[in-house]
Order: sequence, then C-alpha cells, then structure tokens
Amino acid sequence: MKKEKKLKKNKYIIIGNSIAGVSCIEGIREIDKDGEIFVFSDENIFNYSRPLISYYLAGRLKEEQLNFRDENFYIEKNVKLFIKTPVKKINTKEKIVYIDKGNFDFDYLFIGTGGSPIIPQIKGIDKIREGVFTFTKLNDAKNIKNFIEKEKIKEVVVLGGGLIGLKCSEGLIERGISVIIIELSDRILPNTFDYNASMIIENKLKEKGCEIIKRNTIEKVIGKDGIVKEIILKDGRKIKTKILIIGVGVIPETKIIEGTEIIKNKGIIVNEFMQTNLPFIFSGGDVAEGEDLILNKKSVIAIWPVAARMGKIAGYNMVGEGKKYDGMFIMNSIEFFGIPTISFGITNPPLNENYEIIEKIDYEKNFYRKIVIKENKIIGAIYLGKIERVGIISGLIKNKIDVSSFKNLLIDDKFGLLVLPETYRKHIVKGEGIEV
Amino acid sequence: MGCRLCEVYCITQHSKTRDIIKTYKGKGPKPLSGLYFEEIGHISFAIQCRHCEDAPCIEACLTGAMFREKETEAVLHNKEKCVGCWMCVMVCPFGVIKVDIENKKVASKCDLCIESEFPACVENCPNEAIILVDEKGEKIEKK
Repeated sequence: MKKEKKLKKNKYIIIGNSIAGVSCIEGIREIDKDGEIFVFSDENIFNYSRPLISYYLAGRLKEEQLNFRDENFYIEKNVKLFIKTPVKKINTKEKIVYIDKGNFDFDYLFIGTGGSPIIPQIKGIDKIREGVFTFTKLNDAKNIKNFIEKEKIKEVVVLGGGLIGLKCSEGLIERGISVIIIELSDRILPNTFDYNASMIIENKLKEKGCEIIKRNTIEKVIGKDGIVKEIILKDGRKIKTKILIIGVGVIPETKIIEGTEIIKNKGIIVNEFMQTNLPFIFSGGDVAEGEDLILNKKSVIAIWPVAARMGKIAGYNMVGEGKKYDGMFIMNSIEFFGIPTISFGITNPPLNENYEIIEKIDYEKNFYRKIVIKENKIIGAIYLGKIERVGIISGLIKNKIDVSSFKNLLIDDKFGLLVLPETYRKHIVKGEGIEV
Repeated sequence: MGCRLCEVYCITQHSKTRDIIKTYKGKGPKPLSGLYFEEIGHISFAIQCRHCEDAPCIEACLTGAMFREKETEAVLHNKEKCVGCWMCVMVCPFGVIKVDIENKKVASKCDLCIESEFPACVENCPNEAIILVDEKGEKIEKK
C-alpha cells in the first residue's frame, strides 16, 4: 500500500457568503492553497452586494450586475459553494455542521451570518401575509418590485427613517412612487447624523415629494383576508395603503449558535484574532462584536468595510497566521438624491465642555462639514455635499492623531496632507515615489 | 517647485487624444488628473495613489470595482462596475481618490499609467520630485 506522506489538509467551513465570508475565503487562500473550503449560503444566488439592493429597486442595476465577485471567483479559489443551503445546527464538540440533508465536519469554522431585520411589535401584523416587506436582502427587493408592479402601486408607507428606510425610499421614488416615511425620532437619520445634516436630507426628500411623519410610529395594521388595507399611527391618524415596508434596522443573526457554548452579547463576541470563545470557531461581519476604536469597547459595527476586514483577518487566523484585527469604527458613505454624505463615529455628541465642534454649513448648496473633537482627537465627522479628501479624516481618527495644532484647517477647502503634522505626514506617505 | 507639470501630463495621458493641445483646448470635459497637488507657502507636492499592499479601498468597495491587477499588483478601478458609492473615498487615508462627476459618476484615481510604458507624472517631473519605486523602495527607471 502506498504510504500517504502528505500532511492532512485543513477543512474550513464558512457559513454566509456575503462580504465577511468572501473575505474569509480570500484570507485563507492567501496562505493555504490546498485546504478544503466549503461555503454555505441560504440565498439563491452565487453572490451579491446587499447594499446594492436599493440600486436594483431603483432600476439602476439589474440582478446580474449586483455581484461583487464574479462567478469564476469560487473556481479560482477552489471553493465548494452551496447556495440555497442553510446550515441548521453546529455541533461544537464533534466539529460538525448539519444541513437539511447531511452533515460536514470541519477543523475551523467561520460564522458570517450577517444581520436580520428587526420587526417591531405592531398590532395585527402577525395576521398579514401580503403587503408587508422588509428590505435587507435581494429577495426583499425582488418581492417589493414584483408586488408594486403586480398591484400597480403608486404610494408606499416606509417605517423607519434610518439608512435602510431611506435608501429603500430613494429607490422607490426613483421608480416614480410616492413615499410616506414614518420615523419615531424628531428627525430622520437620528443615529447617523446631527440635526443640520438630517435637515438637509429631509429637505431634499420633501423636494422629491416625500412625506415625512416624525415623532410617530405605527400602532396597528388593519388587513382584510391577510392583505394590508390600512395602518393606524400612534396619534390615531389613519393611512390607507396596500404596502408597508419595515426598515427600522437589523440585529445580528445569531440563531445558529443557540444551544452551543459560543458566547454572545448582542453579536457573537470575538477577540482580536476573530476567534469566538471556542478557538477553532471564528466570526466576523454584522453578526459579530469586535473592538470599536472610538467607543473603546466591543460593539457590532454593521457596515461593509468592517465585515471585509474582520472576514479577512479571520481567514488569516484560521490558517494560524496570528494576525491581529486593529479595530474599526462606524462610518457610512451614502448618497441621497445626488448629495454625497460621509460620516464617521460620534456625529451628535452631548453639548458639554468635553466635546469641541468645528463646523461650516451652506444650506443652499447642500454643503455641510462638521468635526467632533474630544481630548484633541477627532471622534466624529460629517461631510455632506463635497466629500473629497475626507479619507484623510478617517486616517486621523484611526491613528488617534492629536489635531489641536491644525484643527481649524480640518474643514477648510485647502485641507490636505500638507496641513498635517510633519511626523504623521511622513509616516503615512513614507517613500513610495514621494518627496515631502 | 510647484510647476504642476505632473497634473498637465497626467490629464493629457488619460485624455482620448493624448495630445496636450487637443486635451486642453479641445471640446468636451477633460479627464481628472489622478493626483492631488497641494501647496502651502513654499512647500508644494503632488500625491497620488500609493497602491497600498493592504488597500482599504479594495476592502471597502461595495461592487468589486476596485481591484488588484494580478500582474503588476497595481490597485485599479473598473469604471463599468463602479456605482459611485464613495466608500473608497471614505477610507483612503491619503485622500487620493477623486469624485469624477463631470465625466462619469464614478471614482477616479491613479492607474500608474498601466496602459503605457511609464507613469506620465514621473516621466515629466523636471526635478525628480516624483519617482517610481518598487515594493522594496528601490527606484525604477524608464527603460
């Protein structure tokens, strides 16, 4: 008999095929070219970028334009991808995952199941089977699109004036549908922006014919034979509608770890190597809680670049590379009706002497810049209208640079690398074809 | 020196005609340069994409438009795939990715003049303030 001299190949299993899972594949394959990789996705598409579903809803992109890696990616990376195959259970003792028909054993597991939409408790909603939608996955966008076309819908009610609700509303408005947004807070985008930035976007939405109802929420959904007919707001106001879209937020999708000893808070807790409390099980992306550099604690940061970073770091460490995650912070780049907006960290701090604000606003031009400083370091920023060079600000936040000597130049038109302290400037642009 | 020749040659190189006069005097919008020129008092310099080894723009890209070219390892940008979400602009610590609204609403950046022999800004810099180096920091001369 031939003797098998080769070392045993590692078996990697990845649950979830969005950016965290895909980045995990890339991390593993940078180092381990031979190990077996199995990826499980519960969706019916080889991959797509979730943030692009609003472009799809708007009719700006077709389904086949939504992928962020092409189909060859899985072949090139020698990965076995299972779509429409949800993982049902993890046996952490035996290191086995179970799908509907069968099971797979693993040496290392990555959980990148993302988030799922929050469904607030609204009276009557449990009796509805047609006309209520969420908006986080491609199927949601498809279902909304089909329903609108089939029922010839002209007006839609969207619950939630945050990022999900607004991007959905924008997509609908671009399709020529009028939208009523219902937001619990006294302004839209309360968790992302401050008052000024919220107002600029709110005015733009109103200009596009959107109705925004604030300090209010839906108390009851009235249906007939399971079909939405009307909603009743907290203040008693009634709105006739055939369709209600719920876009109030997402929570980590942690169902898969129920009954295991994997520890979670809001999300699955990971260390700097992206390991859960079981060292052979890793996690990352919207389902995980890693280090937040601004809050200085573990926190779920459900954004694309964080998921990409966490997935990649997990991949490296599943191969045993010992690479550390250096932490990230909340940041968003979203365009609303042609107004680009970028925000970082804490944009709306309490008004007290601990925080210093530097800002500049021009309502007419939809222009706004704001920097939030605490203990001489930037902890938050909003850029609206003109966003070029804003990445330098993200670098200053990440590297915790003392900005006291040039803080007044931060929102200046001339802001660039030259206003930075020489040591930091040289640190970031060292060598590589430049002379300062 | 602050001559801004890097900008002039970069724009020309990325224009349709690659002719300096037609680019500047012809009709239609000029391409954006792939670099930023900064000047405060006597200090001036030009900066363009560093083609980072661990590029945050590639990680942050929602569409896969930003990618690493396999052969040269340059960080390049596929305008067809880009939707203009500006994630790359948000995360680039050098702030060197531009918002190109006039030409097409997509991000615009240095491509190391990958379609020609040598970067135009390096070739046309009169006092070697812009040079091209390899990953070890060693200078690469035009062949």
